[in-house]
Amino acid sequence: MGSSEFFGLATIGYIVAMMFYITYLVIKNKTIGIIGTTITVASFVSHTAAFILRWVESYQLGMGRAPLTNLFESLTFFVWCLILGYLIIEITYKTRSFGAFITPIAGMALGFIELSGISKDIEPLMPALQSNWLLAHVMMSFISYSAFALSFATAMMYLILKTKDKKEPFYIFWILACGMFFIVLAGMAIDFIQFKLITKTSGELITNFLFKATFRAESPFVVITSWLVSIIFILGLWQYGYILRNTIEYFKISEKVLEDLTYKTITIGFPIFTLGGLIFGAVWADQAWGVYWSWDPKETWSLITWLIYAFFLHTRYIAGWRGNRIAAVAVSGFIAVIFTYLGVNLFLSGLHSYGGMK
Amino acid sequence: MIQLGHIASVIGLVTGAFLINIPLGYAREKSKKYSLKWFVLIHLSIPFMIAARLFLHVEFKYVPFIIIGAICGQFSSKVGDKLFKFFSSVKLAAVLIAVIAFTSIIGTIIEQNGDPQNNLKLIERIFGISSAPNIYSIFYSLGFMDMYHSIWFIAILVLFCLNLIICSLDRLPRISKIVNEPLSPLKSGAASKFSIHKELNLKGNIENYRGKIEIFFKKLGFYPIEAASDIETQFYAQKGAFTRYGIYVTHLSIIIILIGSVIGVFFGFDGFLNLPEGEVSDVAFHKNGSGEQKLGFSIRCDDFNVEFYKDTDRPMRYISWLTILKYNKEVKKQVIEVNTPLKYEGYTFYQANYGPMPPGKGVIVLRVTPNGEAEEILKLKVGESFNLAGTNLTATVVQFAPALAFDKDWKPFNYTEMMNNPAVFVVFKEKEETKLSWWVQKRYNKTWEIPGGHKIELIDNWGGQYTGLQVRKDPGVWLVYLGFMLMVIGLFFAMFTSHKKMWVIMSSEKGRVIINIAASANKNRTAFEEKIDNLSKLLS
Ligand code: HEM
Repeated sequence: MGSSEFFGLATIGYIVAMMFYITYLVIKNKTIGIIGTTITVASFVSHTAAFILRWVESYQLGMGRAPLTNLFESLTFFVWCLILGYLIIEITYKTRSFGAFITPIAGMALGFIELSGISKDIEPLMPALQSNWLLAHVMMSFISYSAFALSFATAMMYLILKTKDKKEPFYIFWILACGMFFIVLAGMAIDFIQFKLITKTSGELITNFLFKATFRAESPFVVITSWLVSIIFILGLWQYGYILRNTIEYFKISEKVLEDLTYKTITIGFPIFTLGGLIFGAVWADQAWGVYWSWDPKETWSLITWLIYAFFLHTRYIAGWRGNRIAAVAVSGFIAVIFTYLGVNLFLSGLHSYGGMK
Repeated sequence: MIQLGHIASVIGLVTGAFLINIPLGYAREKSKKYSLKWFVLIHLSIPFMIAARLFLHVEFKYVPFIIIGAICGQFSSKVGDKLFKFFSSVKLAAVLIAVIAFTSIIGTIIEQNGDPQNNLKLIERIFGISSAPNIYSIFYSLGFMDMYHSIWFIAILVLFCLNLIICSLDRLPRISKIVNEPLSPLKSGAASKFSIHKELNLKGNIENYRGKIEIFFKKLGFYPIEAASDIETQFYAQKGAFTRYGIYVTHLSIIIILIGSVIGVFFGFDGFLNLPEGEVSDVAFHKNGSGEQKLGFSIRCDDFNVEFYKDTDRPMRYISWLTILKYNKEVKKQVIEVNTPLKYEGYTFYQANYGPMPPGKGVIVLRVTPNGEAEEILKLKVGESFNLAGTNLTATVVQFAPALAFDKDWKPFNYTEMMNNPAVFVVFKEKEETKLSWWVQKRYNKTWEIPGGHKIELIDNWGGQYTGLQVRKDPGVWLVYLGFMLMVIGLFFAMFTSHKKMWVIMSSEKGRVIINIAASANKNRTAFEEKIDNLSKLLS
């Protein structure tokens, strides 16, 4: 078995584990939770094997290098760190209830890998990319992203737990953030099913297949239906959001633990992101081109992300900023992370012609 | 781009408006509100400011800044105090951080310094075609097309720096007092007020525990001080007080990085140089097209080469062999690649790109090894011939191809004008009669073996390419790197270390010892508490 088989197993495992964790949250059956953990651990082991094998394979192809260079490799590394972080939390806090909130983030990254059709091959590197600074930059960025992802999940749980009134802005905020997250996830799943089961143009990969089965479909009927379903879903979530709150209450996760975890994961992520994401990125650009900062959209979005988390760290010193507001900042921070990594390529490059011209 | 002289005029004007209004404002405060004198004192400076503005050619858009300067001057006695208060607040910091983040988003949506057509299209898409040109010109005059260099974005950054500096100055005295204050023993009864507090009631007397307590402190890395009174014995210690400075180091680093980048913008050089193989240059060219810059030394490209991943056209390395000459003497030789630039006298030369010279430039370098003879290096032009030693054959280099390929009829053609597969077509003749014609390809050593056991290697087409160098001089970059280091060091102490204090108070009571442990930490208290919990088990 090669790295891609191990990785495939891990992908399926994480998705199945996600379903078990969600089921566990709904029906609160302990065995289901234990199965979820077991599958997660097994997938994590398989994923680790895939990572090591891929490294070995790159040497066999004569390009020996750490598997952290392209979009595929960095996203899978992100998932790896995220699951590792999750398992650490599960063990230290002795609760599985976080699983249902954290594994979907992994699911989203994996879904994106499958659907965007990004290349999974081990490819030779352009000269500019052959740099240890870049390697350190990518590795540390993704470690920090996974820490931020954890803070996103805990901050989201905090908001769910703390907002009781349906008209409260923070209630609406988490409904929208959570709702969009699951709509994106569901959209990807539908794309995936359509691509694998119906279209089946194997060979040619589904580059840019994202949302082609829903929001970006050819038929206006499908597009309108997708929007309608999404709106209904969000309204439903808005109506029945308290069920989620009751569930979190049932598992006796205190708001203090959530607040603590959010803060802790950000204090771990922030220095790593500062060093790896911003500084090593700048040093690499300086080594390669002699410009440590050029305000390109990706750099700027990293800076925005950094500023949001700096904002988060300072809110403690502002009178009256407690609880919900800070949690909302943490959630926004991770939305900026996602946008830095995916949105800049998908959205901004489509906005300008420089992405489309190639 | 903004110009240094112009900025100085703007700043001068704003400062002038401020200064002139200080005495006017002082006099105004003394006069009766809404009286004629009061009215005159407020408006007296306006004609002067208008005149000065026109004289200095400062545009109308700076008028708001001038007015702000004037108002600040009018209120200076109160303003000094208020400004300090204003700039020492963390709330302002949060606002500014949010503003910078938000405006930066706009900068990523509108293409910066890009083709105006793209941005116009974007605006059309959002606002509709009819209003797009107007909206575009509004955005343009507000500087959104080169936002990060616009006066208002820079003004925000200046406010940000002021905020950071003043806020730090405001807090530092308090922090340094906390850091330098020696720890003193606790008053009796104070222990229970601490967030970390444990009370143990144990057998024995104080002397039984003295050694254990010392070990307890050592295990936590503390060096305890002992204080004894007739009723109790105390051990206490603190650790990591200086880590409270960590975040100030980080904040300072932000200022240092910004200063470094400003120095780079004003005193740096950003240019390029396309240098053909074999040629020398003592200048480089400005990126923005504003002419050339004397380097103060010369640089020569001795050779340039691209290496490809095996059998593909994916470039693996771009390599330039460079020599620096000063007063016609070679002073430095270096091979550069992407990611390994050459540095000399403040200038850095980066491998940026490369390209072909016009066809026919350059000499072809061959290593010829006739069957059974010694090898020989030859330098030829297209059309020139040589004799193959030990034979009667005359070989002529008929043609040079930078990127040889064959079409389906086996006709040769160049698939690009870059030197992706350099090749020479060599014709071998014996007494005017063509015996053999052969393509020798640089990247494929099978083509070097000529029938008859001869070997011809194509080493180079020297002088046929230029290396594209990015030339930069950034006298501020070391400050930026210094800032990077300080930022990381500061963040490390701010996030992963803490200022910890601990007191252990023992008192004896009827043959038992009561031990009170009180402790505090400014960060990560739970971890400290856990450690104390675990270690306190050793005592009993
Ligand atoms: C106008 C700019 C800023 C001002 C006035 C400011 C002010 C402050 C103040 C007063 C504190 C509390 C320090 C203490 O504990 O005594 C603080 C903490 C901090 N600042 Fe800033 N700051 C600014 C910008 C930034 C930026 C851009 C960063 C990004 C690295 C940053 C990073 C931090 C961090 C990491 C902390 C520690 C927070 C914590 O302990 O949780 N600051 N800042």
